Amino acid sequence: MKILVCVKQVPDTTEIKIDPVTNTLIRAGVPSIVNPFDAYALEIAARIKDENPDTEITLLSMGPDQAKNALRECLAVGGDKAYLCSDRKFGGSDTLATSYILASAIEAIEAKEGKFDIIFGGKQAIDGDTGQVGPEIAAHMGLAQVTYASEVSVDGDSIIVKRESDQGYDMISVQKPAVVTVVKTAFEPRYPTIKSKMAARKKEITVITADDMPEIDLTRCGLKGSPTKVKKTFTPVRNKTCVKIAEEAVTDSAIKLVGLLADAKVL
Amino acid sequence: MSFEEYKNLWVFVETEENVAKPVGYELLKPGRQLADEMGEKLVAVVIGGQVEDVAKKAIEYGADEAIVVEGDEYYNYTTDAYSIAMKTLVEKYKPTTILIGATNNGRDLGPRMACDLNTGLTADCTQLGYDAEGGNMAWTRPAFGGNLMATILCPDNRPQLGTVRPGVFKRPELVEGKEGPITKEDIHVEESQIRTKLIERIKEVAEAVNLEEAEIIVSGGRGVGGPEGFGVIRELAEVVGGVVGASRAAVDAGWIAHAHQVGQTGKTVGPRLYIACGISGAIQHAAGMSGSDVIVAINKDPEAPIFDIADYAIVGDLFQAIPAMISEIKKLRS
Repeated sequence: MKILVCVKQVPDTTEIKIDPVTNTLIRAGVPSIVNPFDAYALEIAARIKDENPDTEITLLSMGPDQAKNALRECLAVGGDKAYLCSDRKFGGSDTLATSYILASAIEAIEAKEGKFDIIFGGKQAIDGDTGQVGPEIAAHMGLAQVTYASEVSVDGDSIIVKRESDQGYDMISVQKPAVVTVVKTAFEPRYPTIKSKMAARKKEITVITADDMPEIDLTRCGLKGSPTKVKKTFTPVRNKTCVKIAEEAVTDSAIKLVGLLADAKVL
Repeated sequence: MSFEEYKNLWVFVETEENVAKPVGYELLKPGRQLADEMGEKLVAVVIGGQVEDVAKKAIEYGADEAIVVEGDEYYNYTTDAYSIAMKTLVEKYKPTTILIGATNNGRDLGPRMACDLNTGLTADCTQLGYDAEGGNMAWTRPAFGGNLMATILCPDNRPQLGTVRPGVFKRPELVEGKEGPITKEDIHVEESQIRTKLIERIKEVAEAVNLEEAEIIVSGGRGVGGPEGFGVIRELAEVVGGVVGASRAAVDAGWIAHAHQVGQTGKTVGPRLYIACGISGAIQHAAGMSGSDVIVAINKDPEAPIFDIADYAIVGDLFQAIPAMISEIKKLRS
């Protein structure tokens, strides 16, 4: 079986602080990490490989050269080989353009190595939080998709997905090939070993540029190929006034709170 | 592309098993206002098994008219059936704007449509505006885990698409008996065209965790101390008719199931009342609940960031405060 896992290198949003003077994001010094949802997707792929040892896991990322660090991390925890899609012509792409480029890259890889049975990604990246690139890759490639997967298994030609729903979950079956995007799983991604880290360091990461995708339509890439435009960004203002209830005993504060909530008709 | 032939603002009213998701009705509120500003009609688009009642209700909630697509293949959501139906409708009617609730299914369908129609989609919006000068929607959404807001335009393509978070807008007033035209479109998708099959649906009835639709949420965090600590949280939730939520710290510690998690890696909620107990209020948690109408924070640590976004605060031990709240509420109600 051939599995592709799409991974994005993202700033660790838990480390992002707001400059109190300029009220803008401080991005300097913020560590880059593998998007956590992509790490869960890779773990699901690795577990499928544990069950089906003849599986090969290919990684694909798009971004600048430093995204190779994220790919190396993934090579150490289940990835067999890695591609980085990187070209200045791709800069400024929105989700539609990004997914078009990634779909073109996947088709270029498939032309060389054969078709993938499952294409995985996280449900969304924690920087943009859009959740659009996965389904859009599926749409560009004309593949079936299942989003919000928390468990995935393979049964012959079928992929069985446990998909989060509003009321619980659905068990969904889909024929290979398909795109599956992954939520936080009940299990943590595996840790690399010293040996797997060493091996990952030695592996070659193949860079794909626009030149490697002869079919690609560059008018659909980058800023000018992006239908959405960012008009402005701003940091959210929190201007709430907080009522602090500080009676001598906490229990009295609690009783007062209930009274206030009842008066405000929220209880 | 010429925008001349593009008309009307659509709200996609998602249904599941013939029942509308609340967010569909909620979106008729900003939809009404935006359609008026644009000088367009507000059209509810309803797809499902048998959903004419939902369309009627959407008109009572403020839609001028409704388009209905019915069939057994739409009783449960599938990407393939819904995206085929929507593409067919959009190509026929050419709406200028489509609002979609950012449920799991809405966020599954939206990007598929954006690709099929080669247009822009803005995900998970929390504010909607109309830029009359350029004639574009101004979609505002959080990014970087709620640290940054971005306003997005789609100036050169139509329709312009956006998914909107549930709970951000309140359901409009229902005008009983209000009528409007309902157009039924006969669009059918063959079973062979639907590539995903629903094998089994598990509704977690043992413990209702429909956080997105809850009016009141009582959430516990690290300060709860352990799985047994959620006892008082559950009891308070029960007394106020609410649902139990949790922070990532409590879920990661294994004290409560992930289905309860509120925040960036969990659910985004917007209840009338959110009671945060022993939750520090890291930005990732705030990203999932700061849209709540009223936030109550109970925490021992006076420096906890949750107090920055709270409307009412008690600095103190939740195990003293909550039982006192429970007995006071019971007293008030008896």
